[in-house]
Amino acid sequence: MAPLPARSGDAVFANIEHVNSELFTLTYGAIVRQLLTDLEEVEEVNKQLDQMGYNIGIRLIDEFLAKSNVSRCVDFKETAEVIAKVGFKMFLGVSATVTNWDTEGTSCSLVLEDNPLVDFVELPDTCQGLCYCNILSGVIRGALEMVSMKTEVTWVRDMLNGDDVYELRVKLLKQVLEEYPYKDDE
Amino acid sequence: MAAIYSLFIISKSGGLIFYKDYGSAGRMDTNDSLRLASLWHSMHAISQQLSPTVGCTGIELLQADSFDLHCFQSLTGTKFFVVCEPGTQHMESLLKVIYELYTDYVLKNPFYEMEMPIRCELFDLNLSQAIQKDRVALLGR
Repeated sequence: MAPLPARSGDAVFANIEHVNSELFTLTYGAIVRQLLTDLEEVEEVNKQLDQMGYNIGIRLIDEFLAKSNVSRCVDFKETAEVIAKVGFKMFLGVSATVTNWDTEGTSCSLVLEDNPLVDFVELPDTCQGLCYCNILSGVIRGALEMVSMKTEVTWVRDMLNGDDVYELRVKLLKQVLEEYPYKDDE
Repeated sequence: MAAIYSLFIISKSGGLIFYKDYGSAGRMDTNDSLRLASLWHSMHAISQQLSPTVGCTGIELLQADSFDLHCFQSLTGTKFFVVCEPGTQHMESLLKVIYELYTDYVLKNPFYEMEMPIRCELFDLNLSQAIQKDRVALLGR
């Protein structure tokens, strides 16, 4: 009984409950704003957002697997496609494109043309260097870690800083083999 | 007679995080359930390595004279298994439903800590509804 490989998240997206996107966008804005007030340093806020995303990602991955019916990916290329087409669609309602593969096939870019997180955002001069959507990179890192892929996810282009698209660079650091015994530090 | 005897959830590191029994058959105390869970975790792992098939993901069904054991392991390594009456059908889909309930009512609960025993009322509630539904469907067949 092999589940049909989901090539797009549209069907899943249609089947799950949604919240009002403004509520979502504004809530996220409020969180970032509060973090800026609490932590003061932009760098610290970036770090905190990434950590929050990570904590979300390690739980979100199970929901993704349970509801999307994707099966085990054969390689990292497939993984990236699944994140871009199914994962982003399912949880953010937009899909990304995968480009810029390096020759080893271990790092690629996810390009988002539309990003609901930033609908009303204009970055003031005092917040230079803030990766406003840094939570997303954390989510991807956390989710992939739970399916034994250590990754590094960084923002390359950001529309809030005047670029034309959002570009996330995902780099596969190492694939931890799922073999027993697990090492103690994992 | 209840079709499902008991349900276990084992975390990816092998600890029993949820156990529930249904009906009188096969009921066991906490120590026994913990023992059985870790035994199954190890057997599952060993079966993966012993299997002649490449890419084997472990035992999915164990059949005995007095019970069937259906196991589902998610890609993240959490195992769900039910012990049920021999020949009970549709356990794979029930396990899938339980996995979804787990992602909704356990993982999304901000006060649930990963890898810890599950104590979430909403999960219990929705789980018993799912099992109940399964039982009704069984009677109707």
